[in-house]
Amino acid sequence: MYETKEARMRKRESAVHAAVQKYGKERKNLLPVLQDVKRFKNYLSRSDISEIAAEMGLSSALVYGVASFYHFLDLEPRGQNIIWVCKTISCYMKGSNDIMLTLEDLLKIKIGETTSDGKFTLLETNCIGWCHKGPAMLINDQPYTDLTPEKVSNIINEFYKK
Amino acid sequence: MAKQKLKRVDLIFSKDCSCKDILAKALKRPKEEIVKDLINSGLKGRGGAGFPTGLKWKMAMEEKGSKKYVICNADEGEPGTFKDREILDQVGLKVLGGMALASYVTDAREGFIYLRHEYRFLIPKLEMMLEKFHIWMEEFDIDFHVELFMGSGAYVCGEETSLIESMEGKRGEPRNKPPYPTNQGYLGKPTVVNNVETLVYTLMIMHIGSDKFKSMGFEGSTGSKLFSISGDTPKPGIYELELGMTLHQFVSEFGDNDAKAVQVGGASGFCVPRKRFKETHIGYQGGLKGFSLPTGGSMMIFNSSRSMYNVLHNYLEFFEEESCGQCTPCRVGCQQLLKGIEAVKRGEKSQKYLDDLLRLAETMKLTAKCGLGQSVGNSFSSIVENFREEMIY
Repeated sequence: MYETKEARMRKRESAVHAAVQKYGKERKNLLPVLQDVKRFKNYLSRSDISEIAAEMGLSSALVYGVASFYHFLDLEPRGQNIIWVCKTISCYMKGSNDIMLTLEDLLKIKIGETTSDGKFTLLETNCIGWCHKGPAMLINDQPYTDLTPEKVSNIINEFYKK
Repeated sequence: MAKQKLKRVDLIFSKDCSCKDILAKALKRPKEEIVKDLINSGLKGRGGAGFPTGLKWKMAMEEKGSKKYVICNADEGEPGTFKDREILDQVGLKVLGGMALASYVTDAREGFIYLRHEYRFLIPKLEMMLEKFHIWMEEFDIDFHVELFMGSGAYVCGEETSLIESMEGKRGEPRNKPPYPTNQGYLGKPTVVNNVETLVYTLMIMHIGSDKFKSMGFEGSTGSKLFSISGDTPKPGIYELELGMTLHQFVSEFGDNDAKAVQVGGASGFCVPRKRFKETHIGYQGGLKGFSLPTGGSMMIFNSSRSMYNVLHNYLEFFEEESCGQCTPCRVGCQQLLKGIEAVKRGEKSQKYLDDLLRLAETMKLTAKCGLGQSVGNSFSSIVENFREEMIY
């Protein structure tokens, strides 16, 4: 299923335009705009950044500066689902390394990479607030806690069934 | 070890009171009385910094100008802290009740909950609560509207001025203080920024009375607090306890009989070794003999199987990534501390180099712009000084 270049352009324009319409052009709405575009497009490309800047009357450098500050405003293409494994102390003590190794093994990728079918991107993150139920990870917005290698493998299988 | 049970408190999650009734009653009282009550209660901010809440509200109340804001800081990011998530999940309406109280006292018409990205899964629940809350506001004939504002992943945004910068569409870089947010906050207007837990306590103090709240804890550290307990413990979780307990009491109840250290206050807090458990209290400095350590609630227990080098290494990696990079002491300091302990461990630097690193940590405490950079030295110095051999061998 291939889109034409024009169709892709229109989609991108409409995502940026729609977000700016929804929140307004004032500077204070920059974060919600970036968040919306990121969610719609899966990541923020250079041209998205320029378009947001143009729509809001800001410089591209400024918008890029803001976007690059935040961990969850991805500036690189990501898979359909993003896995964030917590690596901070309590999860680390409960074996987050094993969870990461299990995931690398299951998905046949390393940290920071995306599966060849575009289904998953595997990343690490700092404390996600589930220290009493570690190891923990987020897949997209959903937290998964008290992980074991078996549990992780079941979770990933469920995603492939969807 | 003696199993002396620490008394449990049940205010935050207690469901045998109606948030709406407490609010209705409180909103009939004069503002000044509410502030006086809060000051009398001795309540200090439960996010970790410990600023007296009553005083904060008073400062915002006394500001002139028609536009003011109330912000609930739900950017809980300190490693080992997870209580705010649970509060929002279980008793979110109480948080909104506290915000309504703050808006009544300060005359703010708009409020925000700044929710960290990692808690996005709470959005549907919070939106339902907001709907209910706005109906109450209409019933009370109060003009106060609260919106959710989502963070995008930055630990430093838990610092109130970075949080405000972030809400203004900027990089979350802390501001110089003063001016304080109560004077010039969001969009330059007077703004009250309170932690999730603090807001619930303001409401509960209206319910039980400030004297009853003050009867818990000790002078300077009154009341109770939620503790997020993790690490080497048979019962990790969230517990509401009175301030003032010793670490010895704490470990007797929550440790696994093998605790060698407790990290009080997360990565930015202090690491206390076993030999100091008996003389270390949980609370603000001043009211009791011995050491008192404040905490935003994070309590991590390490047993003797843990390498404190690995613990410190994990913290430093965390800080190196989360430093906003704005001021040099923090940006470069975090990198150098991390490189430094790695070099000592590999034997490339002599153990005396640890003393240079301790001086660097001290310099960061004095010169970094915000709480993040200033507090890296807390965990660094307390771990290196107490577990020096583990850093070397």
